[in-house]
Amino acid sequence: MVDTLIAKRHLMANKKQTLVAMLGVTFGIAMFILMISFMIGVNQFMEDTMLSSTPDIHIYNDIKTDYTVSIAGDYFKDKNLLVSVRHPKPKQVNLNIKNASGIINDLQHDPEITRVSPFLSTQVFYNYGPVQINGYINGVNIIDESKIFDLRSKMIVGQPEDLLNADKGIIMGRGLASKLNLSAGDMVTLTTPAGTSMSFRVVGIFAIGIGTIDDTRSYINLANVQQLMGKDRSYITDINIKLTNNKLAPSKAGELYKKYNYKSDDWQTANSSVMASNIVRDVLTYVVSITLLTVAGFGIYNIMNMTIQNKMKDIAILKAQGFSGHDIVRIFLSQSLFIGFFGALMGEVLGFLLSYALSRVPFPHNDFISLKYFPVIFNPAHYFFGLVFGVITPFIAGLMPSIKASRIDPVVILRG
Amino acid sequence: MSAALRVENLNKSFHEPEDFQVLFDISFTVNKGEFVPVIGKSGCGKSTLLYLLSTLDTDYQGKIFINDQLLTGESQNNLARFRNENIGFVFQFHFLLPEFTVLENVMLPALKLGKLSRKEIEEQAIDKLRQLQMDTFAHKLSSRLSGGQQQRVAIARALINNPTIIMADEPTGNLDSVNTGLVFDIFRELSHQKGITILTVTHDLDFAKNADRVIEMVDGRIKI
Ligand SMILES: Nc1ncnc2c1ncn2[C@@H]1O[C@H](COP(=O)(O)OP(=O)(O)OP(=O)(O)O)[C@@H](O)[C@H]1O
Ligand SMILES: [Mg+2]
Repeated sequence: MVDTLIAKRHLMANKKQTLVAMLGVTFGIAMFILMISFMIGVNQFMEDTMLSSTPDIHIYNDIKTDYTVSIAGDYFKDKNLLVSVRHPKPKQVNLNIKNASGIINDLQHDPEITRVSPFLSTQVFYNYGPVQINGYINGVNIIDESKIFDLRSKMIVGQPEDLLNADKGIIMGRGLASKLNLSAGDMVTLTTPAGTSMSFRVVGIFAIGIGTIDDTRSYINLANVQQLMGKDRSYITDINIKLTNNKLAPSKAGELYKKYNYKSDDWQTANSSVMASNIVRDVLTYVVSITLLTVAGFGIYNIMNMTIQNKMKDIAILKAQGFSGHDIVRIFLSQSLFIGFFGALMGEVLGFLLSYALSRVPFPHNDFISLKYFPVIFNPAHYFFGLVFGVITPFIAGLMPSIKASRIDPVVILRG
Repeated sequence: MSAALRVENLNKSFHEPEDFQVLFDISFTVNKGEFVPVIGKSGCGKSTLLYLLSTLDTDYQGKIFINDQLLTGESQNNLARFRNENIGFVFQFHFLLPEFTVLENVMLPALKLGKLSRKEIEEQAIDKLRQLQMDTFAHKLSSRLSGGQQQRVAIARALINNPTIIMADEPTGNLDSVNTGLVFDIFRELSHQKGITILTVTHDLDFAKNADRVIEMVDGRIKI
């Protein structure tokens, strides 16, 4: 109690010095808050975009170019003969998933899976008048697909259900629609690589926000694509899966691969380069923040040392009057904790204001990314950590000088 | 009469820069309420002795008792507590804390002791300041006072916890003759009327003559 009174007086007696030390912490914490809010905001944005274009798990039939088995063996029957075949041609393979309905039924009963969307994907040419553009179509059950990717919120024109109501409808990516100069109600002709073609009416336009998808993809009812390709009703090539917890995707994907022997990509593996840059941003944030806090810590260390140098006489007199070493530590440590706590508090306010300001800055216009403002996340946990760091740093910085102060021999000082 | 202070065979040496013995076999007793100046030539070891008696310096051989309590060998924390409660200090250079008012300077040792409420401590502090005719300066910053005024505040501070003994090292060393007289009058009054033991190092021989008893030191020994 007396100790805090003395500490307060010391701080008030050197207002300028106290303020400078506090500003060091303030700046460090504000930068920490700003950087982490922005970096995590970017990470979150990347993850959201990823998840709006990548399912938690994607099961598909990887084209297996299996060259190990050759009909040459059958031809030369003789077991003692060594047959070597150069440049074999791969066998014609079907890209579909066999026993799809069994697998889908199986997946739908898995408690870790919330939604299953089988689809048939193929390359097509889009024809509209003389314009011909290369792209993809996904034959889907639009209800399942839109639940996985939240298509409803991505629709610019129309609704996902419009696909069900139209006879031969198509929902197009925004980029694709604008390249073909199509709008809702227009007809477009699709031609498969095999040469069959069919016309569809545009019932909706979506924009996921990723150029490579919006420029090439459209959705059609699964049955229409099967018809277009001349396949039967069980023919599908891919299954998209949404999990209850998408963090479990990598292990679940491995499990599914073992079970069905079809390639299973989890969203993290499918976007490993994005995940890697997320990690780089995280590391960068912590490195910069820790550097700033360390600098602030050294500032406090210096100022505490200076204060103690100036207060040698006072320390001696306090000790002579019966203040113990613990009291002296408390007097000086509480000063640096005060500096840290209020510096950090100001830093949180400043950090919040800067983050808020950044979140209002329009993001430079870009065809590939649909972002209106800089992505910033406001997470109370960051503010909590800021405060914790803001108290731990000055505690460590103030501890050594305070202990040094408590060891001062009053006799040496009083003798002068 | 019981002893306020008793020392037995005190020996003290410095080891830096070289081994050098300052105090030799010092033994004496001071009774409660006695006013005892310590005199001697410069460098004979008066200050050194006072720092031992005040428990600030614990590097010595021999035994020190205050209020019949053996203090030799006690832990630093216990000694701090003991000083706070039983010993008042007055130094040559007033040594008030400059950021605090006169009143707060006087109150601090009592706040540290923590036996009374803040309000009671404040009343007592005003009371001590009044005894030294310094109550009108109570709310002034201590750094704004003259040397003599500061020394009187330092005495009030030494009195705040009603110590058994006050130790002073040349308390009048920086004061003019008027202020010197004032300080010694106060000391005499404190010992005779309040029964506080006072041990003070001084070079003022006139004044020493008027005391109950004088301890004279010569080259680290007590002359009887
Ligand atoms: N820290 C120290 N290290 C070594 N020698 C010291 C130390 N402090 C004091 N001395 C020596 O001890 C002796 C006694 O010093 P002390 O300060 O007790 O003298 P004093 O009687 O108080 O003198 P004065 O009247 O001038 O104040 C002196 O010779 C001094 O040089
Ligand atoms: Mg001396």
